[in-house]
Amino acid sequence: MTTVIEKNNQNKDRLEVGTPLLEVKDLHVEFHTRDGIAKAVNGVNYSVSAGETLAVLGESGSGKSVTAQTIMGILDMPPGKVTQGEILFRGQDMLKMSNEERRKIRGRKIAMIFQDALSSLNPVLSVGYQLGEMFRVHEGASKAEAKAKAVELMDRVRIPAAKQRVNDYPHQFSGGMRQRIMIAMALSLQPDLIIADEPTTALDVTVQAQVMDLLAELQAEYNMGLILITHDLGVVADVADKIAVMYAGRIVETAPVHELYAKPAHPYTKGLLRSIPRLDQKGQDLYAIKGLPPNLLKVPAGCAFNPRCDVATDLCRTEVPLLHHVTDEDGTEITGRRSACHLWKETLHG
Amino acid sequence: MAENILEVKDLVKHYPLTQGVLFKKQVGAVKAVDGISFDLKKGETLGIVGESGCGKSTLAKVLMNLERATSGQVLFKGEDISTLGGAALKAVRRNIQMVFQDPYTSLNPRMTVGDIIGEPFEIHPEVAPKGDRRKAVQDLLDVVGLNPEYINRYPHQFSGGQRQRIGIARGLALKPEIIICDEPVSALDVSVQAQVINLLEQLQGEFGLSYMFIAHDLSIVRHISDRVGVMYLGKMVEIGSDEEIYENATHPYTQALLSAVPVPDPTARENRERIILTGDIPSPANPPSGCRFRTRCWKAEERCAEEIPLLAIPTTLEGPAAHESACHFAEVRESAAA
Repeated sequence: MTTVIEKNNQNKDRLEVGTPLLEVKDLHVEFHTRDGIAKAVNGVNYSVSAGETLAVLGESGSGKSVTAQTIMGILDMPPGKVTQGEILFRGQDMLKMSNEERRKIRGRKIAMIFQDALSSLNPVLSVGYQLGEMFRVHEGASKAEAKAKAVELMDRVRIPAAKQRVNDYPHQFSGGMRQRIMIAMALSLQPDLIIADEPTTALDVTVQAQVMDLLAELQAEYNMGLILITHDLGVVADVADKIAVMYAGRIVETAPVHELYAKPAHPYTKGLLRSIPRLDQKGQDLYAIKGLPPNLLKVPAGCAFNPRCDVATDLCRTEVPLLHHVTDEDGTEITGRRSACHLWKETLHG
Repeated sequence: MAENILEVKDLVKHYPLTQGVLFKKQVGAVKAVDGISFDLKKGETLGIVGESGCGKSTLAKVLMNLERATSGQVLFKGEDISTLGGAALKAVRRNIQMVFQDPYTSLNPRMTVGDIIGEPFEIHPEVAPKGDRRKAVQDLLDVVGLNPEYINRYPHQFSGGQRQRIGIARGLALKPEIIICDEPVSALDVSVQAQVINLLEQLQGEFGLSYMFIAHDLSIVRHISDRVGVMYLGKMVEIGSDEEIYENATHPYTQALLSAVPVPDPTARENRERIILTGDIPSPANPPSGCRFRTRCWKAEERCAEEIPLLAIPTTLEGPAAHESACHFAEVRESAAA
């Protein structure tokens, strides 16, 4: 006898690798605060296909998490407000959908993994109950079915002795195990797209390696798209296919992973890469980007990075640079590469 | 060779686990630091790395005498400070200061920057007489790269990187000889971390400070440290110069830790051989017998469960591989060095 859940999973169409999943077009998000309007997201464009990993790299306040929360539809509004843009999920604009329609997508089609597993799980409910909730709410499974599914999922993310531990509470698990439970929860309905917001920042390096491996393996198995939000250049280099670098609410550079690390086309990316301690620099000063990340209430005129930039000119102080296509030395366009810098040519080739 | 400014000998810190309300009975102990010995030389930076729960922060607290050691000695210039109290402790504390991890919670939000940096002078008035304090605080602000006019501002008016500079200025106020930095940059934005690291290095040269630098970011530890100690579950498992540890690690835990660090270079991802440890760090209340790492170690044999490996230079090894390592089967892993 097949259960309700199995029937649903059989009907589930697995996408071919490369099918476009999500496209964010010219998204603008503002926050109305007492001190003024903070433009957290200021014209962001990016896209993800099935089986692809997009890393969104940025510091705190760059708008990377707000973009993700807007995609998921979990941004608090007010104070947040989407003023412009489209979020197309398989061709349909999610911003125009009713709450009812969005709820059907959330969890089933797009799932999210949060940074801090301890505060994202409910401390007074067992993990088995919380995992099973997905099946009870979305698939109408019975309590017993849901619990059986929860055990299966815990096995899937390699939690030892899943059967005995299904009734344990979040505080009884270690940080790495809790993050596995978060992953299991996100995967439970086999979504097409996973958004992972700093999934390993709170974990130790040896556990981080375990969790990132698990995530990559499951992604390959189900052909999921993955948006990985992080500030860690090391993690990005390990797993990403392409990268979008954000600064002060805008994307300043997009590139395939190898090309970004080899030849950055924006001074901010270049600065970040140069500030990583390298072996041959021992005993010398580290390269440091001068100044501080901007306050979103008063973003500098022109290019937001200009006060911290080593090569800024008068043009940079007055005119906002658009995300240009980048060309190689012969003038042919490099696919997938864009840079929002007036001086991208000098940065890339100089 | 520089003299030892701090010698730690067989330091132990156990937190008792008790049962019962009225008649408390000790049923065990959390062995947070369990027999650690090392030296810190004058003007040197000793990096301490290890995962959360390995006891590195407890070690810092015991060295500062914020927690009393259960047993063992901490010798500051030859004098045991772990048992001192009262005026003698106060005098010695002037020389060991600390910079904390989180600049958002380690500064009192209701005190001005001037009061925060000047507070150490209240406790040790001999360092700066009352009339000179304002000037002394402004000098400190200048030293750490903040505008001296900010003396009357409050912590919330500063960014994370600037707050950490305030924390560093407070640590410098009493002109200490040793500064213990507990994860000083991990709460900061990536583009600001390098600024703070540079500041710490510059201050070390200027004031001849010795640093104990506790962190989990291995590349930053390598950059700043002269020697590195690796901790696991309350024990020091390996200690040596940065080259000995990073290029010639002989303890399996150090090898696994180094291989797990994500390298910011995508070309390395295909040919990198990673050791992925299984399981989590065991509870320090009930550590495994023998070698504490054996439950996660791929080399473990029966001997590891019976005999505690001592931190010593393995007699079988030569060259840079011959540094202190607490493993029965210490050897350089060929591919790990790549």
